[in-house]
Amino acid sequence: MESAERRITRRTFLDYLLGAGLLGLAGIVLYPLTRYLIPPKVTEVTGGSVIAAKVGELAPNSGKIFPFGGKPAILINTPDGQLRAFTAVCTHLACTVQYRPDLAHIWCACHDGHYDLRGQVISGPPPRPLEEYQVTVKGDNIIVSRKG
Amino acid sequence: MAEERYGTWQRWSEERLRLRAIVEFLRHKTVPIHRYSFVYYFGGITLFLFLVQVITGILLLLYYRPSADAAYESVQFIMSKVRFGWLIRSIHSWSANLMVGWVFVHMFSTFFYRAYRRPREFTWVSGALMLFLTLAFAFTGYLLPWNKLAFFATKVGTEIAGDVPLVGKYVMLLLRGGEDVTEATLSRFFGIHVAILPALATVILGIHLALVQVHGMSRPISVRAEREISFYPDFLLRDLAVWILVLALLGTLATLYPWPLGEKADPLAPAPPGIKPEWYFLFMFQTLKLLPSKIFLFEGEMVGIMAFLVGGLVLLLVPFLDVWAQREQQNRWVTTLGILAVAYLVIMTILGLALPAM
Repeated sequence: MESAERRITRRTFLDYLLGAGLLGLAGIVLYPLTRYLIPPKVTEVTGGSVIAAKVGELAPNSGKIFPFGGKPAILINTPDGQLRAFTAVCTHLACTVQYRPDLAHIWCACHDGHYDLRGQVISGPPPRPLEEYQVTVKGDNIIVSRKG
Repeated sequence: MAEERYGTWQRWSEERLRLRAIVEFLRHKTVPIHRYSFVYYFGGITLFLFLVQVITGILLLLYYRPSADAAYESVQFIMSKVRFGWLIRSIHSWSANLMVGWVFVHMFSTFFYRAYRRPREFTWVSGALMLFLTLAFAFTGYLLPWNKLAFFATKVGTEIAGDVPLVGKYVMLLLRGGEDVTEATLSRFFGIHVAILPALATVILGIHLALVQVHGMSRPISVRAEREISFYPDFLLRDLAVWILVLALLGTLATLYPWPLGEKADPLAPAPPGIKPEWYFLFMFQTLKLLPSKIFLFEGEMVGIMAFLVGGLVLLLVPFLDVWAQREQQNRWVTTLGILAVAYLVIMTILGLALPAM
């Protein structure tokens, strides 16, 4: 009886060893796989500034979308001729906003969000105002950079 | 009586799926054990390497972009930015090379033990078709990183296809997607590599494996089995143990010798000196180089290509040509022919590796 019990113990021990080995193997295979599946962070081009447009390119009461740090941004020339730039990513569900000359403000087509010429929400679902960027004119170029 | 052993769930699933026949079949299937039994693992190893290719290939698809602007950069991104990307890509490359090699090993062991004789003729034919598919996989996959060596290898390889009489020009145009190797070629090779060939391979591999299961392992002529073991679970477990060893080998190779990416292809740059195809195409490359430019009235290159096509056809029809094996006889000349073929492949490959290319 005793020897039979001992044999079972040894067998169980080997089973555990085999199980642990297989578990280890599964870990060795699955760990790199799961890490591989998670996309790496693409370093955003931040802090820099871009040439958004040439001086005179934008008539008053119009806007232009341009890439800024890998995301769309919008440069607008207000009806009274002031240049302003904002992120063009709507704070609601990240659609790209546009300038509506007929309304003379920024509008998001996806869910009818309205922003005024300072990026503040007028109406619609957007929870926050659009981030405003710094606009400087250097010679012929309209340069947009992050504030601060 | 037997019905009573099964629970409600088993009865329910059996009524719908009819899996018991398969389980019963596998339970009664046996594998003979004798001094040459080790060759029975060769097919399984090839299958495992193929599965590794499928899995790592799908993973690479997540980041790879098939365009002239982005292909090289995306592979670079996989290897430098994606976590374990270097591992996945290196394993894909290493496994591809080992698979090509192992397909040949598997084929020649099947050949020398006459495993293609009645009733396994179509197992051989489907296997030979998969050898061609494997080479096509290798050829198309090689271009995808869009590096210099691959670019020129593809130029030369498709040019050779263009030398096939009558249809060659059309084949070349079809492969290249135009007159030259361009981004269009990359798109085509990508489509062929990840859609067309996998679809074909799934069907032919399915037939191959089904036939292997139905007919069981072939016993070499005049070899007596010492005993038999059950396929499930005994042989399958041994198979899996071998697979784990192969996986360990792949991991080691990929880690210690990561597959290089090379320089980005530049269609306007001249071909780099010393350019050669991958080792598994060297025997063809070397043969074509050694042929004189004129053989009787024909171009040497064209004669060489025709010879390879005939060779491929002979390979496909081996079971029907070796009439001796059908009578359970080992013909000495068939063996000699096989040895000559191996010698030819090995010598030409070594020559191709050793001799300067230009």
